[in-house]
Amino acid sequence: MNMQQMIQQLKDYWAEQGCILVQPYDVEKGAGTLNPMTFLRSLGPEPWKVAYVEPSRRPADGRYGENPNRLYQHHQFQVILKPSPDDVQDLYLRSLKTLGIDPLKHDIRFVEDNWENPTFGAAGLGWEVWLDGMEVTQFTYFQQVGSMDVSPISVELTYGLERLASYIQDKESVYDLEWVPGVKYGDVFQQPEYEHSKYTFELSNQDLHFRLFDAFEEEAIRALDENLVFPAYDYVLKCSHHFNLLDARGAISVTERTGYIGRVRNLSRRLAKAYVEEREKLGFPLLQRKEGK
Amino acid sequence: MQYHQLLLEIGCEEIPARFVDDAIQQLQEKLCAWLSEARISYGDVKVFSTPRRLAVLIERVAEKQNDLEEEIKGPPERIARTSKGEWSKAAEGFARKQGISTEQLTIKELKGEKYVYANVYHKGKPTSSLLLEGVPVVLSHLHFPKTMRWGDNPTRFIRPIRWMVCMLDEQIIPIRWAGVVAGNRSSGHRFLGGQVELKSAVEYETCLASQFVIANSNQRRQIILNQIKKIEEDQGWVIPVDEDLLSEVVQLVEYPTALYGEFDDKYLGLPKPVLITTMREHQRYFPVEAQAGSLLPYFVTVRNGNEFSLEQVASGNEKVLRARLADAQFFYDEDLKLSIADALAKLDHMIFQEELGTVGDRVRRVYDLAVTYGKTYGLNEEVAVHLDRAAQICKFDLSTQMIGEFPELEGIMGADYAKHAGEAEAVIEAIHEHHLPRTAGGALPQSELGTILSLADKIEVVVASFSIGNQPTGSQDPYGLRRKTAAVIQLLLQPSYHHLSLRFMLSKAVDRFEVQSLLKVSRDELINDLNQFFALRLKVIFQENRIRYDVIDAVLEADMDRPAFMLEKAKLIMDQVDRETFKYEVDGFTRVSNLAQKADHLVLDPSRLKETAEKDLYQTWFKAKEQFTLAEQAQNASQMYEALVTMVPAIHQFFDEVMVMVDDQATRQNRLSLLREIDLLTQRFMVFNQIVFA
Repeated sequence: MNMQQMIQQLKDYWAEQGCILVQPYDVEKGAGTLNPMTFLRSLGPEPWKVAYVEPSRRPADGRYGENPNRLYQHHQFQVILKPSPDDVQDLYLRSLKTLGIDPLKHDIRFVEDNWENPTFGAAGLGWEVWLDGMEVTQFTYFQQVGSMDVSPISVELTYGLERLASYIQDKESVYDLEWVPGVKYGDVFQQPEYEHSKYTFELSNQDLHFRLFDAFEEEAIRALDENLVFPAYDYVLKCSHHFNLLDARGAISVTERTGYIGRVRNLSRRLAKAYVEEREKLGFPLLQRKEGK
Repeated sequence: MQYHQLLLEIGCEEIPARFVDDAIQQLQEKLCAWLSEARISYGDVKVFSTPRRLAVLIERVAEKQNDLEEEIKGPPERIARTSKGEWSKAAEGFARKQGISTEQLTIKELKGEKYVYANVYHKGKPTSSLLLEGVPVVLSHLHFPKTMRWGDNPTRFIRPIRWMVCMLDEQIIPIRWAGVVAGNRSSGHRFLGGQVELKSAVEYETCLASQFVIANSNQRRQIILNQIKKIEEDQGWVIPVDEDLLSEVVQLVEYPTALYGEFDDKYLGLPKPVLITTMREHQRYFPVEAQAGSLLPYFVTVRNGNEFSLEQVASGNEKVLRARLADAQFFYDEDLKLSIADALAKLDHMIFQEELGTVGDRVRRVYDLAVTYGKTYGLNEEVAVHLDRAAQICKFDLSTQMIGEFPELEGIMGADYAKHAGEAEAVIEAIHEHHLPRTAGGALPQSELGTILSLADKIEVVVASFSIGNQPTGSQDPYGLRRKTAAVIQLLLQPSYHHLSLRFMLSKAVDRFEVQSLLKVSRDELINDLNQFFALRLKVIFQENRIRYDVIDAVLEADMDRPAFMLEKAKLIMDQVDRETFKYEVDGFTRVSNLAQKADHLVLDPSRLKETAEKDLYQTWFKAKEQFTLAEQAQNASQMYEALVTMVPAIHQFFDEVMVMVDDQATRQNRLSLLREIDLLTQRFMVFNQIVFA
């Protein structure tokens, strides 16, 4: 099964389970969790089911396209189910079957792994799912988002698409993965991997990124002061991305580091609160629809 | 009375392996405690635990709770009767509360006062109905280090609860908890088994076995051991079974099947601890050795399933290990290219604690302390040179890629890289040993340098946290300060380190933070907090040495300086406590101490002592003090005590013949001052009035 088929299978499967399919979000981010479809929608009482592919950027993990497993940008398939259904583990395991993974032929385990993103005040409990010893999915029950305790609890399933594909296709290097017949992963992504690494580690304009961080932070606050949650969130994501670029470049000293993280955390905390308030003003529409049916 | 088997099974999503053993023990203890408290008799108890279930099966559980006859004391009769001799409102209220009529009240006398009593008879209720209320309470009282919520459920537990079984023989007890109603349906193995309906509690183990769940964890342990042994025999290998890893693996699988895989032998060039950590910590594999003890390029893992398609599972695991070892090899090669000086420079870019600067700052503090401690210890110059070097570079491996990936190899990699860099043998050894002991009761450093550096390293980190007011509270001890404090004491209890003064070492550490203006609390407060913290660890260690708690208090209150000497004093007293005259001696010291508190200030004037007994006491004290001081300088506990004991007859004589609290103020203060001097002397040994006599 090639990468494209895998993605199609997962989309079809989760659409059948009642998820809406959305597209990758158009602001840079380090993980699918930071897509507003997860970060914001996991807040407040409204039910929510969504699935999407998220290309996630982690500048510090760039390896000039040379390392077989580490990437500047990798792909996550992200599912959010809120509230977490009682049979969520079975739902997940059935999704593996649609990828041709027969659990009787493999060793599938749920191994404790508690997830945390302090910058966004988010934390959850769960597992990494092992397929014959390889971590292929992060399985998390969110407990806190934007430094707020959440209720009801969302469950987040994050499939590492490159990992899964390299297992399914039995390839040692991500660049050898087949995207579609005749086109390899490397054909699509090796050049950007090299160029982004080169830019991140050698060329990026530190002054510009520092200025951008400050400017985006200011803009986020301005939007937030007007209770415009979604635009404010975009600018917080941008702050986070420019921080990641500066950090990968080694431009942020130890003492400054905690300060920058604190600034993003404060913004995300305010945002989380504002989002819930704005939804409340609207009367939590998705909640009413559920009760009304 | 009829008896039944009680089965309670809690079905969960995968419980973290490290919590399962404790969870099942709690469930057993708390359920049994509840039965006892509810007056329900029961017999033998069996427990079952897997990643997905905690179950208790109890034999001979009584069908009903035992009847209870109780006599309950009410108000005094004078309140219970009106002036006309009728039952008062208070009496009526009491009777109503106990569920009896006032005619059934009786009167009994207690300590000269008459009271109203109610004799109440509680008929035992059926166990089945008591369980409905009791089990949810038991479940909500299980404690876990981390709990979570799920779905819409307000309940917190270690992981989501998905089913429960509760039965008294064939009868279902439909307990409700965490949004689940208990029934007689359990789940088998996630992939090999299915749901199973129990006809009776007694079937539990066999029914689950038919669905590929070995519910008894000891049995799973034995199966895994047998399977490993079989692989050993078939292949001619040695597979050392790490007890912690085995315990974890037992709680990662419901139906174990051990298998082996291999890896490229080019990776055998990596240091053995790197290979072992990669396999054991990251993949939960058992490393494989040749008969001679060297590693072989194989590993053993335990699958949660049967023998079907084992080659596929083995090849998947081999692929994962291959990627991990390739990473480790890359880190190792890169790290060897990094000079120690460059590695050290990077420590200035790693944060230690926000308020305390970088790891580089911390290393410089450790260095200063190690050099100071080394001088006090009396290292000779040749060795001191090595300490200097070791203290400067002891943490350089923190900035290597290998430690970034395997933090648990800190020190071990440092020693390996230092060896490649051509450092002196003593330096290499100290880099490794300054992390010891790594666990409570773990191996201690063998070398002087390792010990001194270990002391400096641990004291620095404890004082660092305390200096910014970050003290461990309850279960919160992120830097392991309790363990590090205990380690400091263990190190100082070793014979060659008896002369090192804890007070001096702590004070030097506090100085070092003070110089940098890093103290967030006052110096006195800090020293006091540190003393209290060390005292708590000392108490634990002394208790392990079978010292009575009152003797511990007596020693600790007097002296917090040299742990070995303190322990010696405590042991000396433990040898005395059963001696007949010991109480006589302690009574003397205690009487002195009690009165000495009344002395305003020291104004002892020997010429004012008139009576024979007080002059004698003065003379004996004077001699005892000289003798004691000599013994104290020699740190000889038994001679110190002997010196104190020479005063005992004179003390008793004094109290028999001399009146201390006389009207004449000058005489009174003079006598009190004499007692105060004696008290000060005994307190240099221990605070005797802490000692308790039965």
